[in-house]
Amino acid sequence: MNSPILVLGLGNILMQDEGIGVRVVEALEQGWTFPDHVSLVDGGTCGMDMLDIIASHRHMVVVDAVKTGAPPTTLVRLEGDAVPAFFKGKLSPHQVGLSDLLATLRLQGEGPESTVVIGCVPAGMRITLDLTPEVAAKVPDLVRMVLDELRALGVEPAPR
Amino acid sequence: MAQRITVDPITRIEGHLRVDCEVDGGKVTKAWASGQMWRGIELILQGKDPRDAWVFTQRICGVCTTSHAITSVRTVENALKLEIPLNAQYIRNMIQGAHAVHDHIVHFYHLSALDFVDIVSALKADPAATAKLAQSLSDWPNNSVADFATAQKRLAAFVNSGQLGIFGSGYWGHPAMKLPPEANLMAATHYLQALDYQRRINKVVAILGSKTPHIQNVAVGGVTNPINFDSQSTLTLEKLMYIKTLIGEVGDFITKVYIPDVCAVGALYADWTAIGRGVVNYLTTPDMPIDTKGTKFALPGGYIENADFATFKPITSFSDPYFEQGVKESTKHSWYETGSGPLHPYKGETKPQYTDWQDDGKYSWIKTPTFYDKRAQVGPLANVLAMYAAGHARTKFWVGEVLNTVSAIAGAKVGADALHSTIGRHAARAVRCVVLHEELSNQWNLLMENIGKGDTTTFNKPVFPKEEIRGYGVHEAPRGMLSHWAVIKNGKIENYQAVVPTTWNAGPRDEKGNLSAYEAALMDSPVADAEQPLEVIRTMHSFDPCLACAVHLTDTESKSTYQVKVA
Repeated sequence: MNSPILVLGLGNILMQDEGIGVRVVEALEQGWTFPDHVSLVDGGTCGMDMLDIIASHRHMVVVDAVKTGAPPTTLVRLEGDAVPAFFKGKLSPHQVGLSDLLATLRLQGEGPESTVVIGCVPAGMRITLDLTPEVAAKVPDLVRMVLDELRALGVEPAPR
Repeated sequence: MAQRITVDPITRIEGHLRVDCEVDGGKVTKAWASGQMWRGIELILQGKDPRDAWVFTQRICGVCTTSHAITSVRTVENALKLEIPLNAQYIRNMIQGAHAVHDHIVHFYHLSALDFVDIVSALKADPAATAKLAQSLSDWPNNSVADFATAQKRLAAFVNSGQLGIFGSGYWGHPAMKLPPEANLMAATHYLQALDYQRRINKVVAILGSKTPHIQNVAVGGVTNPINFDSQSTLTLEKLMYIKTLIGEVGDFITKVYIPDVCAVGALYADWTAIGRGVVNYLTTPDMPIDTKGTKFALPGGYIENADFATFKPITSFSDPYFEQGVKESTKHSWYETGSGPLHPYKGETKPQYTDWQDDGKYSWIKTPTFYDKRAQVGPLANVLAMYAAGHARTKFWVGEVLNTVSAIAGAKVGADALHSTIGRHAARAVRCVVLHEELSNQWNLLMENIGKGDTTTFNKPVFPKEEIRGYGVHEAPRGMLSHWAVIKNGKIENYQAVVPTTWNAGPRDEKGNLSAYEAALMDSPVADAEQPLEVIRTMHSFDPCLACAVHLTDTESKSTYQVKVA
């Protein structure tokens, strides 16, 4: 049996590039089909509501806006020790409380085995639904990065 | 000499709240609460189709997505004077009830219990003595010596790993921490058990809402759950029976764990029933409509002035002019243009004007709502007091039970006046949780009965006129009364304002300089150690602040670490 994999898009779609994670998940859903053990979830800015979803998956690929100090539109891949720092809020601009969520899951012995963060440095965080053109142009690259992660986990996504 | 304390941000809440206090002689003498983020949902919605507004409003906040979704559709339905099929009312009522039960359990155990419960002290407890204590309070089956010993081992492993994580911002060993190790272990063990029960009740939201974490099933005019017991893709008998099972499983946890724990904490911290009183005008809305027009409700609501039940005035429908006409918002002390003074939400404006922090001027991104020009407190305490004043039988029963239990543990009579306090807000939230849970079962029965009569309608199609219409929607959300207000013209949104619970409680001073519920509740609070203002945190957490919807983000960097400044 295949280990369940979660692709989790995070961010607030009301705040321009802050919603990039959700937009990438939407693009993945529109362009690709995945085997049943892969779940695509638009997590928005939810916290405790996602405990159950995360607990029921073995591997997690998070897509989010990331502030590393690098120039806007820089693409980022984080794994290993960089992931806890990300979830503590130093790099993620919204206050989703995922660090608490993951700590809670560890306490329960239900944390994911692997977590990778795929991100993009935002170019604008105004109150509007549309991404900035610069970051919108990066969506195909981010989609490719997520597909690569899935392939590394043994999944072969098929184009729609 | 007065000391100034700044806590920025308050942690274990959603969003960014800053609190400033002046402390003199170990007591708070001046207080300011400030929302440090700006929200612009109103601007996004202008020009949008009112049928879509709920999709966007549920993105305001990561906690109350369902509350903003349901309130938004009620707003548009109110403007259209649209009746809602009974099945849709019951399904929405169950979603909001399950969401609130989940939210209240999470708030007590995971967001605020650590203000009173010392995890490090729990590691020193004797599991056998803990079991004896717990069994004296309740016959919950998971209060055995083995349960407490296992939980203690898990906590020790977690604390010793150095990854305190969720427990990282606790004030371990603070002089205001007073529980004996056994009470700490009991509460910490229930903290772990609560994680499981809040997940179970949240499954009800996920099943009825069709998708999680953002529900997909509401619509202006009803819900989009087709009811057909013969089709697997709809709301089947199997799904409804599973929902009934989930509701049943969580009930014992509330009555045998949550309620006794709150009573024990309340009795052992009895001094906190005299701290954090704050604004004692209480505003709450009736909710869980049980007719198609929004004129009959399972749970009553209304307004109480100056903590006096005799002043209770009920709000009787979803279109009661007494409520609709009473609300105004001031921006005198907020970072928005002040214009011509306080405005009714239909006329509300959102034009930012940032000035930096001014003690006597503007100091918050939150606006200041008033009810007939008076400050009001909203939230579970307001809700429970209003339901009590309205004579709601189960609320009266549970308030009595809680006060009797607290009195028995404390060994002294604790009366209803103790509810107007920091610990009283926790007690009221527990009462509301059990009352809502009972009502959840009632709503399930009503839905089954109605379907049994052959009614499977869940949706009435909305039709928009060309001329201007306006309406508001209200909902008694987990943090208190939530209202959305919309002006619609030609089928498009002209103006949209959300007056959220935290706005009522956390807004800055009003036109006359009166304090908000947060600020007033901090006045005279003891502060034993200005470097570790645990007492301030306790009173703030008792309101269950949720700033994400009160205001929104401007400051994105460098504010991730928690700071206490003493000047």
